[in-house]
Amino acid sequence: MVVKKWQKIKGISIHIMPYSEIRELTITERVKKILNLVLGNKVVILQGRLRPEEEIRLIEDTMAMVDHLKTFKGIELAVVEPNGGSAGFLLKMRRGIARGLTGESNSLTVIGPASVVKEIKKDPSKIEVFLG
Amino acid sequence: MLKIFSRFFGGLFRRKTNVKIGFYGPPNAGKTSLANLICKDWTGEELGTVSEVPHETRAVQFKEKVEIEHKGKKLLLKIVDTPGIATKIDYEDFLSYGIGKQESKKRAKEATQGIIEAIKWLDDMDAVIVVLDASENPYSQVNITIIGNLLARKIPVLIVANKIDLRKADVKKIEAAFPEYDVVGISAKKAMNMSDFYDALFKLTKQV
Repeated sequence: MVVKKWQKIKGISIHIMPYSEIRELTITERVKKILNLVLGNKVVILQGRLRPEEEIRLIEDTMAMVDHLKTFKGIELAVVEPNGGSAGFLLKMRRGIARGLTGESNSLTVIGPASVVKEIKKDPSKIEVFLG
Repeated sequence: MLKIFSRFFGGLFRRKTNVKIGFYGPPNAGKTSLANLICKDWTGEELGTVSEVPHETRAVQFKEKVEIEHKGKKLLLKIVDTPGIATKIDYEDFLSYGIGKQESKKRAKEATQGIIEAIKWLDDMDAVIVVLDASENPYSQVNITIIGNLLARKIPVLIVANKIDLRKADVKKIEAAFPEYDVVGISAKKAMNMSDFYDALFKLTKQV
């Protein structure tokens, strides 16, 4: 059984992306870089998080890709916030701190192809990534 | 003085015109059910079809000049119902609802285009009602992304925790996830708690 599970996930490749890798890029370039990795069946773990406008652009461009590529079904996306979960992030945004709260934060962003990452379950204290 | 005068009367004037209210959220949260309930109550006509199949709404649909009267106050709205925002679309998910392969592929294609359209409409909204399924985990990244974008665009937000008629519904969990926002629990299907919803809606439009 253990062997079977291993066989199922042996093809997964994880790309750890320090924020410095995308710091100098424009929003278009950032999203393109992430999507290119995901299209190559890689699970990207980004240090920090994207800005809300980058996250929505990532969804938008993902949908355009799903529309054009037969085998691509989309992405799974989750951000792990060390303090206060997602609500903490929104609270900081409301206070205006969030403009600079991206790569410099202690959060981690997990982005994977939907064909590989079946589900990411999240609550304030933990994140579970289910691979398929 | 002139500025204050014009802002005051400008604000009054704006509230009288069609305030554009967008209904956003993940698929199957009940956006169209709620939009239908409001439109049916105040115009006699529904806005769109609802179904248990996700992505039933695959194009933005709207109703102009919806006049709502509640507790002696009036409100004129343009209601904009949008397709549910998701990060993945798989045509095979539609097959499990007994939909044929060709139709499923067509639906998946329309759903992806609908999501792009919904995102493009974000900038046009005066205020947004984010409809969430109260029986689901609210900490999904799509919910955070939608609300984060509305916050960044300074668009007033009301969160509706729909489906409170379900045993698993937990409005408090949604309130805990988004403590900075007004959350109102309703059931669009059973028209439960609509008076509280209209109170919250009038409060929301005051921020426009």
